[in-house]
Amino acid sequence: MKAVAVKNQQELQAPSQPIIGAEAVVRCLVAEGANLIYGYPGGAIMPVYDELYKFQDYIHHVLVRHEQGAVHAAQGFARVSGNVGVCMATSGPGATNLVTGIADAMIDSTPLVCITGQVPSHLLGSDAFQETDIIGISTPVTKWSYQVTRAEEIPEILAKAFYIAKSGRPGPVLVDITKDAQFASFDYSYTPCQSVRSYKPIPKTNPEDLQAAAELIGQAKKPLIVWGQGVILGKAEAEFKAFVEKSGIPAAWTILGASALATDHPLNVGMVGMHGNYAPNLLTNECDLLLAVGMRFDDRVTGDLNTYAKQAKIIHFEIDPAEVNKNVTVDVAVMGDVKHTLAALTPLVEKQPYSDWLEQFSALDKIEHDKVIDAELNPTKPGLTMGEVIKAINASSGGDAAIVTDVGQHQMIACRYAEFTTTKSNITSGGLGTMGFALPAALGAKMGAPNREVVAVIGDGGFQMNIQELGTIFQTQAAVKIVILNNDFLGMVRQWQQLFFDKRYASTEMVNPDFVQIAKGYFIEAKRVDNREDMQEAVAEMMRSDKPYLLEVCVEKENNVFPMIPSGASVSDIRLE
Amino acid sequence: MEQKTYTISIYAENNVGLLSRVSAIFLKRHINIDSLNISLSEIDKVSRFVIVVRVTELQVQKIVKQIEKQIEVIKAFYHTDEETIFQESALYKVSSKSLFEERHIQNVIKKSHANIVTVNPEFFVIEKTGFREETEQLYNDLAPFGLLQFVRSGRISVTKSAMEISRLLKEFSE
Repeated sequence: MKAVAVKNQQELQAPSQPIIGAEAVVRCLVAEGANLIYGYPGGAIMPVYDELYKFQDYIHHVLVRHEQGAVHAAQGFARVSGNVGVCMATSGPGATNLVTGIADAMIDSTPLVCITGQVPSHLLGSDAFQETDIIGISTPVTKWSYQVTRAEEIPEILAKAFYIAKSGRPGPVLVDITKDAQFASFDYSYTPCQSVRSYKPIPKTNPEDLQAAAELIGQAKKPLIVWGQGVILGKAEAEFKAFVEKSGIPAAWTILGASALATDHPLNVGMVGMHGNYAPNLLTNECDLLLAVGMRFDDRVTGDLNTYAKQAKIIHFEIDPAEVNKNVTVDVAVMGDVKHTLAALTPLVEKQPYSDWLEQFSALDKIEHDKVIDAELNPTKPGLTMGEVIKAINASSGGDAAIVTDVGQHQMIACRYAEFTTTKSNITSGGLGTMGFALPAALGAKMGAPNREVVAVIGDGGFQMNIQELGTIFQTQAAVKIVILNNDFLGMVRQWQQLFFDKRYASTEMVNPDFVQIAKGYFIEAKRVDNREDMQEAVAEMMRSDKPYLLEVCVEKENNVFPMIPSGASVSDIRLE
Repeated sequence: MEQKTYTISIYAENNVGLLSRVSAIFLKRHINIDSLNISLSEIDKVSRFVIVVRVTELQVQKIVKQIEKQIEVIKAFYHTDEETIFQESALYKVSSKSLFEERHIQNVIKKSHANIVTVNPEFFVIEKTGFREETEQLYNDLAPFGLLQFVRSGRISVTKSAMEISRLLKEFSE
């Protein structure tokens, strides 16, 4: 990647005279340490771009090829780094193109500050050129939003935006700034936001709830932890690991929780949910205590709620009061940041062997290996499986790579089989299921963690949803490794059509372009493989490259992802074939 | 679970866009709002929303949590009718002719304890504040004489229990 010299904010001198709103925007970003942002210029945001030009020593602005690319790149950056991602767009279509990514960040609790230009305030409501009510459009999918119409508001509002985006349960914030506010002069000063009087980001932990949780754990014979992204967002990986090891309780993860605890940890019993592992799904309905840690009981995790863990006591460790008893009624809710609640809980629990209980996991795990995993990872039939490609990536990366996935079969396979050693390594669109997420998110992830290997694993469908970001990857030379698992189908929809729509493959077969030629058109090194021997070597070669690289792997066209809990079915009805 | 009428009270910062944020919570869940009133509250720069919905208790609990989650909402509550003192106001515009020609209308007005707000040669306006049944009763009684216009406000209510918003605000800033 091109080295970008970004000066430290301390080197930036405070202005001695009034400055315009646009300069204030840039200075606020520098003050918040946001020195890497993604965006696309246009009429209503041009004053800010003019200042970005002047301040390019302090902020590196990455020009994407479509605003959706900017917001997903900011998400990838935020997810890999734990910092607030920033993206910028002009009014009207620029702003509306951000909406999918904002909604994605909202449902996956990703801290973002999205800045949009707006028509001058005297034209608001006049249906001016490129005017759109982006505040109205984005309200349901933002944690907070604000329309700035006066330059004086800019420092306070941006300070508040960063504070709200990253505090408590993180989320996206949108700040819409009218063009006249960008041009107006005022006396600038910046104070970071410490609190908002109507907003309490972290609820108080009730010590009695912790005690009640410890008692339930003490009584349990068959406890099961299901952890989610809260562990990662709370930077609580060490506290979580300490709790798991002290208690000896087997722990399963949701898709967004992946990588918070190493895949090969002896108490890591795999993924829950629709395409999760056999043992933790089945045993969800056999455990006597379910500890939900920083997760929100998404329907893809629980399946049918009427038959979900009905036999178990449930403890929910949660930062967002609105998530408690939303989908699943719990016996004890331990409110607060899991970093603190787990640290407080660990001394209260005693280690227990749970040997028979763990044995149940092993036995079911063996069944899953025999029926599904072996065939996926060590296939003997001629066609390539997606799983063996992930296995080859694991072998080359040693598990240190951040895996960025799109949505569909390849995503489920990657999450199932990627071996993670490092936290914040599974970057995927979980809640919203946004096709087109992976390519720009991988760019953002690579820039957010330049020393880490970033591998984007993408299907042939999703790749074409933001294919234009190859241009950004080329221009930035961000050394993203792109693996297209090409089955010439919208594979997950095809799988559902096969299983639930009597093989009526309505609009799922794709006639694809030559992806290698396309990559080469962007001067990105690329290769295509379609057999086992070449694939192993090609993956290794890609991983050795220090440049962006695209590897197209032609996989078996009609493979399915198993296990599978059919939509709306019970976790007990998980199918192996 | 049985549906009931609940009154949701929200104390919030008086900011542009918050109404849209609150109403979006109902829209997302396909829940119709029966009535909505926004006014000042007892605290400076704090607005009070009173929203009436007919839902189950589980639904109203979840809605209130989602409302409270909004950054600019200080506190939200829900109450049953028994837990609040509530009223609605209605205005009835009637042709003045009927006031003078139909003696019975004067009895209706007197019996209802409604106030006559204004009278002029063309029309007169009656105001009635009370429970829904009372304003509806007056509507039914006046309808035969020909209502030129009718409008009723959203419910306004105060709770029997204390709200302690000032204490909460102080707690937030600590």
